[in-house]
Amino acid sequence: MRLGLVIDLDTCVGCHACATACKEWNTSAITAPLSDYDPYGREPSGVWFNRVRHYEIGEYPNNKTINFPMSCMHCENAECVTVCPTGASYKRPEDGIVLVDQDKCMGCNYCSWACPYGARELDRESGTMKKCTLCVDRIYDESLPEEERQPACVLACPAHARLFGDLEDAQSAVSRVVRERGGYALMPELNYQPTNQYLPPRTRPAIPTHDLGRGSLARKVKEWVNRVVER
Amino acid sequence: MNPSLAVIFLTLFSGSGFGLMAMIAVINDLPIDGGLSPTRTAVLVGVALLLVTIGMISSTAHLANPKNAWRAFTRWRTSWLAREGVFAVLFYPLAAADLGWTFFQNTAHGAVALLLTNAAAAIGLITIFCQGMIYACLRTIRQWHTPLVPANFFVLGLAVGATIAASARLLSGGPATALIAIAVTLFLAAAILKAIYYFWIGRPTGTTLQTATGFNRGKVRLLDQGHTFGTFLTHEFSNQISARAAQRFKIAVYLVGFATPAAILILGLHAPLGAWALVAPLAALTGIGIERYLFFVEAQHVVNLYHGRTPAAMPMMPASLKTRADVTQRPLVPSYEKR
Repeated sequence: MRLGLVIDLDTCVGCHACATACKEWNTSAITAPLSDYDPYGREPSGVWFNRVRHYEIGEYPNNKTINFPMSCMHCENAECVTVCPTGASYKRPEDGIVLVDQDKCMGCNYCSWACPYGARELDRESGTMKKCTLCVDRIYDESLPEEERQPACVLACPAHARLFGDLEDAQSAVSRVVRERGGYALMPELNYQPTNQYLPPRTRPAIPTHDLGRGSLARKVKEWVNRVVER
Repeated sequence: MNPSLAVIFLTLFSGSGFGLMAMIAVINDLPIDGGLSPTRTAVLVGVALLLVTIGMISSTAHLANPKNAWRAFTRWRTSWLAREGVFAVLFYPLAAADLGWTFFQNTAHGAVALLLTNAAAAIGLITIFCQGMIYACLRTIRQWHTPLVPANFFVLGLAVGATIAASARLLSGGPATALIAIAVTLFLAAAILKAIYYFWIGRPTGTTLQTATGFNRGKVRLLDQGHTFGTFLTHEFSNQISARAAQRFKIAVYLVGFATPAAILILGLHAPLGAWALVAPLAALTGIGIERYLFFVEAQHVVNLYHGRTPAAMPMMPASLKTRADVTQRPLVPSYEKR
């Protein structure tokens, strides 16, 4: 089994719900807490397992905003695990989840240097490295209804832009959608073989704007008022 | 990368200590300039142990959770950091035994003394290699992912070691010509290797924001990094230095780190320097400390791409590449620890 996430860049609206749901679940889960520094002050910072960045692709007028959530890719070739001197970082053979044993970590930051995706963050309060656990304490919890045995970020996503499943099984829903939509991995040239895949935006023809009519008198007045009246 | 003083001191002082141990072995093996007397061997091995210890103690300051540091020796099969720890710890009993044997048996050239000196020197050289590989094995940081890194560590460690041995000989008197020639040759080699490195890191890398996001055919520009203040990632990886400042520091490395100690040693051949001979190793350590600072601050982790820093906007790039129109240089948010 190779459990991982598939992120749909076509439908992601960039609302950060996955990031906040992740923070909410994991601040009381197995690597809890996710410490905050100065949370209500002018310079809020803290540990997050999932971060959403926003990019502009292409150039106006052929451009598009892409919201880009990133968390641990649970790489096949996880160098964060090989470089760890203490054995605190490990990759589970049964499902491929990469975890940090909080009782063994000495906080040397070396694994975060080896990670190209910025998935690992040091918790200054505990002095240990923390990272996405793929909600390992949710997905196997038999006291939860079966449809809720998914990572918190996947359940929270209002746009269904996050899919969770076994990427080794060619017939799983995630493997099929990666095949059909041309899913890809990030920075393939570094050969970390990340498990998480990204689905590119669907290509649709742009909505034409050049053939719009001049519009009625009422519309022109409205547009003029909109320009003149200060909001 | 964050130029943490703990790691700079670790590589600087322990590298110098291992280099000194290797030079003691070479000097007594051949022997060069008559070799070292037992007392002088013991004193220099003591200095090597002291330098290594300073490095090792300062390395623990880098750990956020040092109570688990003892576990760092367990994963030597895969981790260069663990290997460095294992060999650094192996160095201690050998060097201490060498120190004790030469001091109490009052011999530096007997079979046992030479065996211990050479064993400690070999372990020290292996430790320098492991230290270099800690950085060179990281594919995420192109400026480190090169055989030049362990090569630089070797030649700089040996150069400082040779400087300490030569200036100790100047202090205590005796023939020093060959010792000084070795030290000056090592500084020359260091200057050439560092020049190769500094030109090499100026070339752009293969990984870009395009491959990092998968949008290989279009222009990709950061709109928002999703946080209003710094994070662990910006604190640890976003340090950089302006091209002009980097150039000044590089000149300082060459003047203070290489030229000054070499000049002082050559001067010592012709005029009695007395205690001034100690300026040579001090200048070398200062200059190579600046070199180590640059080594960290010029290294750019690929995660900086996600924060909008393009390879061409990185400080070591030639100006002609930096002014390309498609390069957006956007400052990262300030480090979250600098309040």
